[in-house]
Amino acid sequence: MLQTLESCGAREAASSFPAQYLRAFGFMLLSRTLDEKMAVLYRAGKIHGGVFLGRGQEALSVSLGMALRKGDIFAPLIRDGAGRLAFGEPVLDAVRTYLGSALGPMRGRDGNVHRGRPLEGLLPMISHLGAMISVVNGALMARRFKKMEGCVGAASIGDGATSTGAFHEALNQAAVERLPLVLVVANNQYAYSTPNHRQFACEDLMDKAAGYGVSARHVDGTDLEDCLRVLDMAVAQTRAGGGPQLVVGRLLRLCGHGEHDDAHYIDAELKKSPLGRDCLKVAEERLLREGWAGAEAIGAMRQQAAQKVDEAVATVQREPAPDPYKENWCALKCSHLSEVFEVPVPATQP
Amino acid sequence: MSITYLEAIREAQARALAEDPRVFIYGQDVGAFGGAFKATKNLAREFPGRVLDAPISEDAIVGAAIGAAIEGMRPIVEMQFADFSTPGFNQIVNHAATLYWRTRVPCPITIRLPSGGTSGGGPFHSQSMESLYAHYPGLIVMTPATVEDAYSMLLEAVAIDDPVIFCEHKRLYYHLKAPALPTEAMPAGKARIARAGRDLTIVTYSAMLQDALAAAEELAAEGSEIEVVDLRTIKPLDTDTVMASVARTGRLLCVGESFPWGGVTAEVVARVAAEGFGLLDAPPQRLNAKDTPIPYHPNLWLVHRPTAQSVCAAARNLLHT
Repeated sequence: MLQTLESCGAREAASSFPAQYLRAFGFMLLSRTLDEKMAVLYRAGKIHGGVFLGRGQEALSVSLGMALRKGDIFAPLIRDGAGRLAFGEPVLDAVRTYLGSALGPMRGRDGNVHRGRPLEGLLPMISHLGAMISVVNGALMARRFKKMEGCVGAASIGDGATSTGAFHEALNQAAVERLPLVLVVANNQYAYSTPNHRQFACEDLMDKAAGYGVSARHVDGTDLEDCLRVLDMAVAQTRAGGGPQLVVGRLLRLCGHGEHDDAHYIDAELKKSPLGRDCLKVAEERLLREGWAGAEAIGAMRQQAAQKVDEAVATVQREPAPDPYKENWCALKCSHLSEVFEVPVPATQP
Repeated sequence: MSITYLEAIREAQARALAEDPRVFIYGQDVGAFGGAFKATKNLAREFPGRVLDAPISEDAIVGAAIGAAIEGMRPIVEMQFADFSTPGFNQIVNHAATLYWRTRVPCPITIRLPSGGTSGGGPFHSQSMESLYAHYPGLIVMTPATVEDAYSMLLEAVAIDDPVIFCEHKRLYYHLKAPALPTEAMPAGKARIARAGRDLTIVTYSAMLQDALAAAEELAAEGSEIEVVDLRTIKPLDTDTVMASVARTGRLLCVGESFPWGGVTAEVVARVAAEGFGLLDAPPQRLNAKDTPIPYHPNLWLVHRPTAQSVCAAARNLLHT
């Protein structure tokens, strides 16, 4: 029932830069369209729990997803819709998880951005920030045990997660083990409502890398070309045995933490600054300016994205929700070791 | 020729490494040094590249074990002391324990916790963490009390497709001996009648089994026949064996080394009270450590936790209720 990761995750080796740029733009556009649809469904009360958008972070995210190959490991975070699509996650996975379809990868047991396909290298995040980095490390250690060479593992975090112990432990671990890890920090200036100056006191998040013996790079998260170039370089360098790489993208979150959050606390000056540029708009303007795509072609892409998302939503809305009476309430693979707790009321059907 | 509880743990790991290429060991000082207690002595030499020293990063140690398990490995994590599993608690309870439920991808990791008090251990090298982990769905919690179980249950832990918290008691490491390694074993999830009796049931696990058996011996001299149940795994908890024993004796005393609020002993009493109320001839009783951090000085520690003497006194009291 589950599709495998779509082959679009694989890079076309021979593609020219304009073609790569246009492809990245396509994923960004699809991600933005999907996000906006989820926001609409949220406001219509069709989604249980939260909706978390990647608005403003698509260029950085897609560049990571595109730099990875099938067979790599990717632990995206909450604003990585574009990177997920580029890595090959089907649109249906997102829609099914947001709408709680029993046919989705999480089957209603987990929701929204907590989705993935661990056996295909796409790791489903837990909510505790920084926690996925060491898991990617472990997956890479396993690959090394199995003598599988040439794999890269990537994890995404935000500025807030750089304050966690998990970040520190995992980046140090990756350095000690000299693992092919790319850790991408999307510094979107706010962790929920907390601004950078209440989050860290170093001049620059990139400075943290030196303390672990890790290479680091900056990237302008609003500029797709810079993102594609820097992420490609970081992934290629670690794939070639260069050890862990930290990439810090500077950008601004162009939405609330989730759709429940109006983001009133975001500094108006930041919004007007170059950081506040919308990477999707910037990329579209570049495409037109360079003549890599015409307005008509972009309009058609927009229409195709909307259609793809609408079809996915229409499909999922016809799918069954999980049935609590048919659910297998067993948290163990070894079900014979599961305990049955008697409930002192007779079982009822609705 | 005899083998200690600690040697059994080492031998089980050696066998797991030898028989299953997916197994590796990851923990602080487990490599060339052989572990703080020498539970991995010589294993790094015998299995090059598969017994790895880790930085002092319990969260990342468990996180890496989870990632490796997703990729099909069978990691054994050694926490240097059970107490130090708390910095790794998040990865254990929120990640390892939820992975299969969320994704259908199993998480076969074994986390060894050198548990319980030893003389001079103090507040941070003496704790028993089994109740904390047993509280969370998705984990199996083993508490071997014998050399044979230390060996066979550790091998079983590695073979199980779910995360297993393996609570090995440090007080048993050197002094508990068996003539040889076992050739057969009871399965996980089954309790064992460690001593048969008809007057009172003591349900216990881990090192407290030794104190309970000593108490039973002393009470035998007074004419009381005490049945001692060794739970072996506390999750799953073998309620059937406990209930059958209480049906024979009518009296229940639960003994555990951990803190008194909640925990294994409370769970056993709750189950027997709810499901076997009519079997009881007297109110079920629990004996645990005191509700303070674990003291350093041997004089204080001796009184802080249950001992054969206090188990004996509690049992005697219950026999006369």
